[in-house]
This record gives sequence, C-alpha cells and structure tokens, in this order.
Amino acid sequence: MIDLDKLVSPVVDAIPPSGIRKFFDIAAEMEDAISLGVGEPDFTTPWAIREAGIYSLEKGETHYTANAGLMELRTEICRYNKRKFGIEYDPKTEVLVSVGGSEAIDAMIRCVVNPGDEVLIPEPSFVCYKPLTIMAGGVPVIIETKEEDNFRLLPHQLKEKITDKTKLLILPYPNNPTGGVMSRADMEAIAEVLRDTNILVLSDEIYGELRYSDEPHTVFSSIEGMRGRTVVVNGFSKAFAMTGWRLGYALGPQRLIKLMTKVHQFGIMSSPTTSQYAAIEALKSCDNDVEEMCREYNYRRRCIVDGFREMGLSCFEPYGAFYVFPCIKSVGMTSDEFCIKLLEEEKVAVVPGNAFGECGEGFIRCSYAYSIEKIQEALKRIGKFVERHKK
Amino acid sequence: MCIFIFEVKLIKKGDGIVMEEILNILDKEKDNISRAKIAQMLGMEEKEVAAYIEKMEKENVIVGYKTIVNWDKTDKEVVTALIELRITPQRGEGFDKVAERIYKYPQVKSLYLMSGAYDLAVTIEGKSMKEVALFVAQKLAPMDSIISTATHFVLKKYKEEGIVFEDDEKDTRQVITL
Repeated sequence: MIDLDKLVSPVVDAIPPSGIRKFFDIAAEMEDAISLGVGEPDFTTPWAIREAGIYSLEKGETHYTANAGLMELRTEICRYNKRKFGIEYDPKTEVLVSVGGSEAIDAMIRCVVNPGDEVLIPEPSFVCYKPLTIMAGGVPVIIETKEEDNFRLLPHQLKEKITDKTKLLILPYPNNPTGGVMSRADMEAIAEVLRDTNILVLSDEIYGELRYSDEPHTVFSSIEGMRGRTVVVNGFSKAFAMTGWRLGYALGPQRLIKLMTKVHQFGIMSSPTTSQYAAIEALKSCDNDVEEMCREYNYRRRCIVDGFREMGLSCFEPYGAFYVFPCIKSVGMTSDEFCIKLLEEEKVAVVPGNAFGECGEGFIRCSYAYSIEKIQEALKRIGKFVERHKK
Repeated sequence: MCIFIFEVKLIKKGDGIVMEEILNILDKEKDNISRAKIAQMLGMEEKEVAAYIEKMEKENVIVGYKTIVNWDKTDKEVVTALIELRITPQRGEGFDKVAERIYKYPQVKSLYLMSGAYDLAVTIEGKSMKEVALFVAQKLAPMDSIISTATHFVLKKYKEEGIVFEDDEKDTRQVITL
C-alpha cells in the first residue's frame, strides 16, 4: 500500500486549510440562516455581458486564444485603464489576461520570489498571499495595519520590516476584509520608502472600482518612479459582477509580463475564450452598470455602518470594496467565539477577522453584497446578540 | 478605538443632486420604502428626506405612487390593448386638445405622443376584448380629428416599469473560501 503521507509535498501539506469553510457548511444547512459571509457580488453579470458571451458561442468562438489573451481584449483593457485611471500600458507587451486576479497574483509571486526571499504582506488582507508566497519558497513577512490608522499601510511600518532579503511588497488596496483604502498621498509616502530600494510591488487592485469617497482610486504604478517595479492586478469579478467567468489581468513592465506569460502558458494555456469575449463587451459598454452597482453598494454601506454603530460597536467607515470590519472586542469574546455563537444563537454567518491574519482578532468581516432587506434582518439579529452578551 | 467620519457629502452637493438620489431610489425600489430607510441609504436625516419628498410631491415632480399588479394571478379578468392613433392636429392646439379628450377616459391607462408612423400611443384596460374593441370603435374612432386606429391586444406581460413579472432569480452563490 502506497503511503501518500510520505510522498506529498510537505510544504503544501503544512499549509492550513481555511477554517471558514466548515463553518459555512453549517450555515448552508440551517434553515433561515442569513449569511453576510460571501465575498462576491450578489448582482448577476449585466445582461449585455452575458449576451456577448452567448453570442461568441453561437459564432463558434470555442478555441484557445493567444496565451496572453485576445488582442482585442488586451487593447480594451488598456483603453479602459487609461480612461478610468489615467495609466498607459502597451497591449502587445504589458498585459496578461489571467484566470481571475488570483492567477496573476500567483504568477507574479512565482516569477520573482526565490527561495528565502521575503515578501511583505500587510494584514488583515485576502487569504491567498501567504500560502502563495510559501509555495514559491518565499518567506511571508506580515505588517500589521491598525484600525486607528484606517487600516492603511504607513511608511514607518514598511520601513521597519525591510531587510536585505526583501523582494516584494504586496499592496492589497482597496482592502478585503477591512474596506480600507490608500489615498494618492498615502501611496506617495509608500513610494518614497521604496524609491531607493530594489523592492518590487504587487498591487492587488481588484476592488479599485468600488470606491465611495470623493477621491478617485489611484493605481500604484501611476506614482512617479513606481511603474518599472510594479505589477498591477485587476479583474472583472468584482467591478462587473463576473466572479464565475474567472477572468482577471496583470499590467506591468514587459520583462515581468513576459515571464508571467510563461508561467500562464504552461499552467493554463489561455484564459477561457467565452469569458474573454464577454469581457470585451464589459469594458466597451458597461460603465453605467458598474456605476449603478457601485451606487447600490454605497446605499448598503451606509446602512450597515450605521447599524453597527447603533449597536454601540466601533465600526471603521470603509471607503472601498464591499466589506465592513466592525470591532467586537467590547462584547468580550474572541472573533471565533463570536462567530460560532452568533451562528448558533441567531443564525447569522459572518467571518471572524482573524481569518485574515492574526491582527484581525477582535473584528468580524461582514459583506454587504446582499440586499438591504437581508442586511437589515441580519443587523437586527446581530443587535439582539450583542445586547445579550455585552459586558 | 472608534472613528466617526460621517458623510456630509450629499447635503453639501445641493438640492438637485439630493433630489435626484432620492428619486433614483424611489424609482427603483419595488417595495414601499420608508423615509427612514432612504435616509440611512443616503446618510441623511429622516426629516430631511421627508421634507424633500414632500416638496417634490407638491411640485408634481413625484406625480404619484402605483402598485404593479400581475392580474393573471387573480380571478379578475383584465385585457390590455395598445392602440395606435393617427391624428390631424388642430390649428393652434396641436395634439394636446385631442390627447386631453382621450386621457380623460378612465379606461385609458397611458397616453404618449409618438414620433414615427403614428401620433398617439394609447394603452387601454378593460374586462374583455369586446369591451376594449367597443371602446375603440365607439369612443376613439369617431372623434373628429382621428384618421385611423390600430388595436393590438397584449397576450402576456413579461416586464412592466422595470419589474419582471416572473422573476425567479435566487441567490445561487456557493460557499467558497473567501
């Protein structure tokens, strides 16, 4: 009998699975449980986009595309980024169309991280950066961001963690799970620290469209001197409600994009063709849909922040993404306890903040990618729960 | 640690924008939405929202509120027809005078002045096809300025006022690791 335990990669084996999964399986089986747990838009992909996908199938567009993606799509991606964010990239050499933003993140990390290299990861943040770094042989170095700093990465925090082994900085803003954003001035301060170093930047801007303050989103590579060291990751999942289409992209210097395309070419070949055709339509004609969804998220954002504050919880006002990250320390429970008890007693599923890094302890993440009715019902139940347990 | 940054943006932006935001919500919302909820959605006070709505009602910006009914699900028989009318406009009054004579009938649910092959588009509701047909034959067709009528009966309503009648979009999002 073959002993698989001895044969599997110890590196991959040692990476803990997400503890949240089990928890949500329970919620899924409960009757009238409400979940504010899912990190994806509740909107269905706008019809124009779906129809473009269907039409491409009717026309028989069922083959592989170029490895880096359809030229027409890459061109539209560049036009879109210029129109929306004022950044310019060459569709021929500086764009890779990936399977979701996640694949681009993986490819970037694999292309630059050598064994022992340190990767700086601000936390709380999306769960993939640490495992992907470890799988590439790198060493994750965590930078803890704080509620009182609006969960921004501050220059002195960055400086403290830089060593001669530092290879890459991850910039996950607008942030999942906190909803925190970095203003242009904040980014300039970070750029100032990086300027005389050889540190590369992976700027994960998948929530870049979902901003609720007057200041528009700044793409990190638009800061002076940063373009040559930065790969910007974005995608269609969040802004266009296209999670299931699995389509994202990376923008970066030719040298890096070429390497990433190599990783992509051998692992993936090319991104799904139907999704690529649909995405062309998204970029060409769906600005209004995005605006409309953003407006709706903003309504919900105001309701949910208000709701948590009315319960007497400290709730940082998020200006990006579709999450709130209220502090539950005053209830006198750990994040895990809070979430398990809340699910058992009031049948509401939220995600414990420590799932996004140790410094997320004492917080919970609630998504507002749900209808206002659902949000209000969930708030009512959480309110009862907090009232009952508050010390 | 608690940070309060309340948004005052909307109020600063002036009446026009606020009213447009309120109208957008009222126009889209399927249910009877409360003033309190609108206030929360826009980061405003309930009183302010109520005042704006009252103002818009007075100025006839908000013309009315109506329930959209799927009569097919009830026992009541309702027949809807779209009627195209070609008209001779009257000297000095254009189409308005004829339009008024038409929309005063309670059977007329909507009336639009159109560009293109005909002039007025009328929606009529009645209890039966016969009733609708008789209304067209006896009331509309004989009017002086009406040149011709063309009646189209509605067989099935799929969507009205932006609301799909048989919408079964459920939340099909599966559990995924974040």
